[in-house]
Amino acid sequence: MESKGAQFEYIYEKPESLREVKTHYCPGCGHGIVHKLIAESMDELEIQDKTILVAPVGCSVLAYNYIDADGCEAAHGRAPAVATGLKRVHPDKVVISYQGDGDLLAIGTAETIHAANRGENITVIFVNNAIYGMTGGQMAPTTMDKQVTKTTPYGRDTSDVGFPIRACEMLATLERPVFIERTSVHDVKNIRKAKKAIKKALQNQAEGKGYSFVEVLSMCPTNWGVDSQTAVAFVKDTMAPYYPLGNFRDR
Amino acid sequence: MSDKILMKGNEVLGEAAIIAGCRYYFGYPITPQNEVPAYMARRLPQVDGTFLQAESEIAAINMVFGASAAGARVMTSSSSPGISLKQEGISYLSGARLPAVVVNMMRGGPGLGNIAGAQGDYYQATRGGGNGDYRTVALAPATVQEIADLTIKSFDIADKYRVVVMLMGDGFLGQMAEGVSLPEPSNQKFDKPWALSGAEGREPNIVASLRLNPEDALEKLNDELQATYTQIEENETMSESYMTDDADYLLVAYGMSSRICRSALRALRKEGVKVGLFRPITLWPFPEKELQKAAEGKQKVLTVEMSAGQMLEDVKLSLNGTADIDFYGRTAGMLPDIDEIVRRVKNYGK
Amino acid sequence: MARGKPEFDNEKCKGCTLCIEVCPVNILKMSDDFNKQGVQYATCIDDDACIACKFCAMMCPDMVIKVVQYV
Repeated sequence: MESKGAQFEYIYEKPESLREVKTHYCPGCGHGIVHKLIAESMDELEIQDKTILVAPVGCSVLAYNYIDADGCEAAHGRAPAVATGLKRVHPDKVVISYQGDGDLLAIGTAETIHAANRGENITVIFVNNAIYGMTGGQMAPTTMDKQVTKTTPYGRDTSDVGFPIRACEMLATLERPVFIERTSVHDVKNIRKAKKAIKKALQNQAEGKGYSFVEVLSMCPTNWGVDSQTAVAFVKDTMAPYYPLGNFRDR
Repeated sequence: MSDKILMKGNEVLGEAAIIAGCRYYFGYPITPQNEVPAYMARRLPQVDGTFLQAESEIAAINMVFGASAAGARVMTSSSSPGISLKQEGISYLSGARLPAVVVNMMRGGPGLGNIAGAQGDYYQATRGGGNGDYRTVALAPATVQEIADLTIKSFDIADKYRVVVMLMGDGFLGQMAEGVSLPEPSNQKFDKPWALSGAEGREPNIVASLRLNPEDALEKLNDELQATYTQIEENETMSESYMTDDADYLLVAYGMSSRICRSALRALRKEGVKVGLFRPITLWPFPEKELQKAAEGKQKVLTVEMSAGQMLEDVKLSLNGTADIDFYGRTAGMLPDIDEIVRRVKNYGK
Repeated sequence: MARGKPEFDNEKCKGCTLCIEVCPVNILKMSDDFNKQGVQYATCIDDDACIACKFCAMMCPDMVIKVVQYV
């Protein structure tokens, strides 16, 4: 049956706040999904021209080429400090610290904890893909037990380098954060929840409520050395059980 | 000029920064500069400014990065080991062409060293302690008054050229109290179209030092930086030549060492020994031509430092074999001895 | 009668296959053709069966898919 010349509308399109440009991310990488969720939230909250994106070293350092807003690069691990400086000068703007697991939980652990402990009114989006992507697949603080990486060629040995760190639970011991949630983008159901959490975290900031933190479990097929579907399964069956999805704080 | 008040170096530094319009300060405790954050913690809230004690010097310099990227006048201060921690941040600030004022009240080193004043960070400040081809302007006050005056100037130079300006004091200068007239603001205005404030009604700005595409993008940035540094060399070099015209010998020293040389000079002049003092005020850009002029015809040039001899290199480079150069220095926070300087200069005559 | 259809920008597709698995009516598959980057792009093999659920578009990391709904 030939599709009629019926009236139609687009029910899914590129968000305004996302640039019409091809990203450098690998096929199946979750960053692209997270970028869309942020851009959609920026559109819906109408904060595009109030947003300043801080992108530290890591695969997502080029995020400011994709999110259509003021962009600021940060040294590895220092995005929460740079975001603090930006926010203290522009308390009425929305400052997003978009970080990876090496950035947030290895070199930048102190900045992560203290920006949260101060309760800086910023939004931290933490993309946890259990590996260092940009540099070709080394162990991250969130690399799973026995997971093989370039620097754990025999699988992560927790008796040698400890266990993966659970960021949300750690930050939930702090008083000041108002919103802490762990989500994932390994399937549509969870993408919807991630969108809700990201939008809430940005709304909190726009309304001046305080520090919001959203962790997003994400696929990294290239550096895990698997195809996209296996990567999805890894997030679902290996990562999610260890990193329980859900809300840890919502004030 | 307002009338004179008695103030500590570290504290007048804070007040002068406020006069210069600095409303953001991020710091971390380290002796001998602790009065700066303490003063800013008291004063900045009184002028609607922001004081924040960071979790480390590394966090502090990156907060400076953020505030500067937002277009604000911002300062941090520390002392030697803390300044070492900030080097990566300073390189990033330079690569992103962000203005900032970084104060180093130098102390004895290397390593934990001690908390006495020293001048062992000259290389770090003038050669760059971070990665890449960049320069930081380095201003060296010798009095509490000059700390105040150079603080005003440092914010203007930073904004005018979009560079990091280091104020190179030392533990003694910071802790010392002297009579000072609080300077007037320079009221120079520098607009910052590149700053981040939310891209309302304009194209988004990006503040970054990463340049991947096209291939020569980073080279273009470096050309920009080098052109800026050449301008700074031409316009911002500062030094003092004191009693150098009729002198047979020349002392070369900056900051605290220059004060000691002044005392030695007075003692020598009393004994009829004609000696002059050349004092760099900008360590970078180093006052090469001015030193060449001051050293003309001198039988001996004695460089005095509170280090093992670092500015000595710039003196040698500037004079390039045209002068007989001697060096006297003491490391680890020990003060050079006035009598030793007098003894050496008198020996030159023999 | 289809409720809508996905519109693919084939040149932007990186061939990651994420959209294929999430389509509840299994009408997506990797085409036999390649785009300019030499990537086997995803394509819809039965527009009429599309229920305009947007799953494929939501799952796509690269904004390759727009979804049309007939009104």
